[in-house]
Amino acid sequence: MNFEFSDDQLVMKEEVRKLFEKEDTVKRNRNILEGDENFDKDLWNKVVEMGLTAVTIPEEHGGIGLGFLELCVVAEEMGRAIAPIPYSSSVYLATTAIINSSNEDVKKEYLPKLAAGEMIGTFAHSEELGTPTSDNAKTTFQAGKLSGEKIAVPDGDIANIFIVSAKCGDNVGLFLVDTDSEGVEVSKAECFDGSRSYANVSFKDVDAKVIEDSSSEAIEKLLNQAAVLFSFEQVGGAEASMNMAKEYAMGRYAFGRQIGSFQAIKHKLADMYISLTLARSNCYFGAWALGNDAPELPVAAATARVSATKAFYECSKENIQTHGGMGATWEFDCHLFYRRARLLSANIGGQSLWKDKLVSSIERSNLPQ
Amino acid sequence: MDFNDTAEEAKFRKEASDWLSANAEKKEHSRDVYRPAELTGEGGESSALQDAKDWMTKKYEAGWACLHWPKEYGGRDATAIERVIWAQEESKYKVPGGFHEIGQGMAGPTMMLYATEEQKKEYLPPMAKGQEIWCQLFSEPGAGSDLAGIKTKAELDGDTWTINGQKVWTSGAHYSDYAILVTRSDFNAPKHKGLTYFFLDMKSPGIEVRPIRQITGGANFNEVYFTDVKIPDSQRLGEVGDGWKVALTTLMNERLAVGDASGVDFQEIFELTKESDFNGENAISNGGVRERLADWYCEYAGLKYTKMRNISALSRGDTPGPDASITKIVSANKLQDIANFGMDLMDNASIIKSDDKDDIRALFQGSLLGAPLIRIAGGTDEILRNIIAEQVLGMPQDVRVDKTVPFNEIPSGSKN
Repeated sequence: MNFEFSDDQLVMKEEVRKLFEKEDTVKRNRNILEGDENFDKDLWNKVVEMGLTAVTIPEEHGGIGLGFLELCVVAEEMGRAIAPIPYSSSVYLATTAIINSSNEDVKKEYLPKLAAGEMIGTFAHSEELGTPTSDNAKTTFQAGKLSGEKIAVPDGDIANIFIVSAKCGDNVGLFLVDTDSEGVEVSKAECFDGSRSYANVSFKDVDAKVIEDSSSEAIEKLLNQAAVLFSFEQVGGAEASMNMAKEYAMGRYAFGRQIGSFQAIKHKLADMYISLTLARSNCYFGAWALGNDAPELPVAAATARVSATKAFYECSKENIQTHGGMGATWEFDCHLFYRRARLLSANIGGQSLWKDKLVSSIERSNLPQ
Repeated sequence: MDFNDTAEEAKFRKEASDWLSANAEKKEHSRDVYRPAELTGEGGESSALQDAKDWMTKKYEAGWACLHWPKEYGGRDATAIERVIWAQEESKYKVPGGFHEIGQGMAGPTMMLYATEEQKKEYLPPMAKGQEIWCQLFSEPGAGSDLAGIKTKAELDGDTWTINGQKVWTSGAHYSDYAILVTRSDFNAPKHKGLTYFFLDMKSPGIEVRPIRQITGGANFNEVYFTDVKIPDSQRLGEVGDGWKVALTTLMNERLAVGDASGVDFQEIFELTKESDFNGENAISNGGVRERLADWYCEYAGLKYTKMRNISALSRGDTPGPDASITKIVSANKLQDIANFGMDLMDNASIIKSDDKDDIRALFQGSLLGAPLIRIAGGTDEILRNIIAEQVLGMPQDVRVDKTVPFNEIPSGSKN
């Protein structure tokens, strides 16, 4: 049994981690949160230079042709770093949607630019307050034109291209729209986690290219793939939060002793570690299923997603609690992780939705054996 | 990343599987476990014990007992990953077990480190062969999680020790042949400095074993009373006053031995929710029920894949993580919650007691009553959290008021 990342993958992870430590990404997160820029362009350029936008893109399309396992290790570091860049939107979502597509023209045209980081993509999916299905999707695609309203599009004001879910006949398919096409209107929205940018986008009879229109399964597959990657990001953030809590508990003295010597605090930390370990192990199985495009992907992705969402929420909130009053100040960094935990919990569907998906997938697959 | 054996592992697995298929009956499904004749009505009362002894002897004679022990003491010199593979293969067969873990898993490794060569040659091969059963005389009424607070007294006169006191929670004392024992030989020394460790014959005069009836109604544990029990000094393990160090060796092996809580798990609650009626539809259609199922599946899968990560570490020759503590905390609590939720779904029907092992009610009822003890035995939830915080995360020990004062000045036990 070799249920572990390879040495090469672990070296890659270490390199990404070193970059983010050197660049002090937590400080950069705060700069974006407090400033007027919608993302950290300088950090984005450094990530591009390291080739991180090209990881899964085949060499024939200007990428470095590695697999999803490599992307998983990058994602974990992205989460640990709470990086203020549109990486998940462009790489996990837009790039993966195009790689999945059978439209070779779209691949040829867009993948090299995404690989080079000169183009940023995102996925425009949510409408009003729910998740679009073939029954309720209001955005439509017909004869090459797409119309509808999408809300809370991650990095919607940054992206150059949108992958848009839209109803097409009986299916909900995926379509590609260039941001500067006529009929696209982007309005930036104030975001709960100000280190990231969101926008509402309306499309009026805009030109759109077909990514996948023959079935609704393309969306489910994309969401499952992204769920594994987001889960790694959440695990990275959860571990960073747990470590912050531990460091603080070791250095803070009260009642004449380190607060980390009190069982009330130790047991809190042990619970964070348990939650994190279960999530990490579920993420590993998700990575295996993603990397092998295995039939277990729906169950594996939902399991990883539900446990990672739980772990990041628990670790980020108990990190604040461990810090006491100072943990709830603007000055301390705890809230940056707490905000990011909430943002990552929402962006491809919330916890209740994924729990329901998980049970449905188990019912369909008759797991576990 | 893959789930495949290396060539060497595959070869070992085949060898194990070939021997098992020639010598045992394969399970038809996961709940198709070994049933002793006393439950199937085909034999006498002690058949489970005798069957387990005989199965161990059969394995011993073919070289499949105590895999990780040196060959000269009855083992196989197997690697850690080979032990895992053997356990995986053996779990596919309907074979008896549950009587040798304390001897082979805890007493054996302690003897290996502290007994004389002569004693090892005398006691270890029979322990591996399985006809002799060992128990562990550690906990006392005033010393459970705080084990170093024991008061059973050991006094030396010439070459012979005299033991007086009481032990409790001794699994299998009523059928054990030998025991490992921690005593206090110096009441004036600080708590951890006055302990001395022995092994002894359970047939020694002055030992009285009384069963403890548990909340399940069963009696797997005992109280053991010592009245002027004599032990020769040659059966002391470690130095006089150094028994705590020896006990830690035993306890470290206990942490490795505790694992999954047995009883209802995800599979059972999943099946039950598909079959149960709830407000005119299957319970599994209900949102609240689905939410609980999702949580338990995440814990079930998280433990399963944590174990696989640790097996991978063993396969690479690395030291595995401290997953045993996590496994016990999570699985014991999951067991209790699933059992309680399952009985809730069965509504009033769950209250009618069933002793029929094939009745789903009996399974949930047994699990609900068994769970509290699982959360306590072999390290309570609270002690295991301390272990994770201190040994994994490197957090400081609690401030101790009992470490430097003479033992006889420390308050202990219940004062109400």
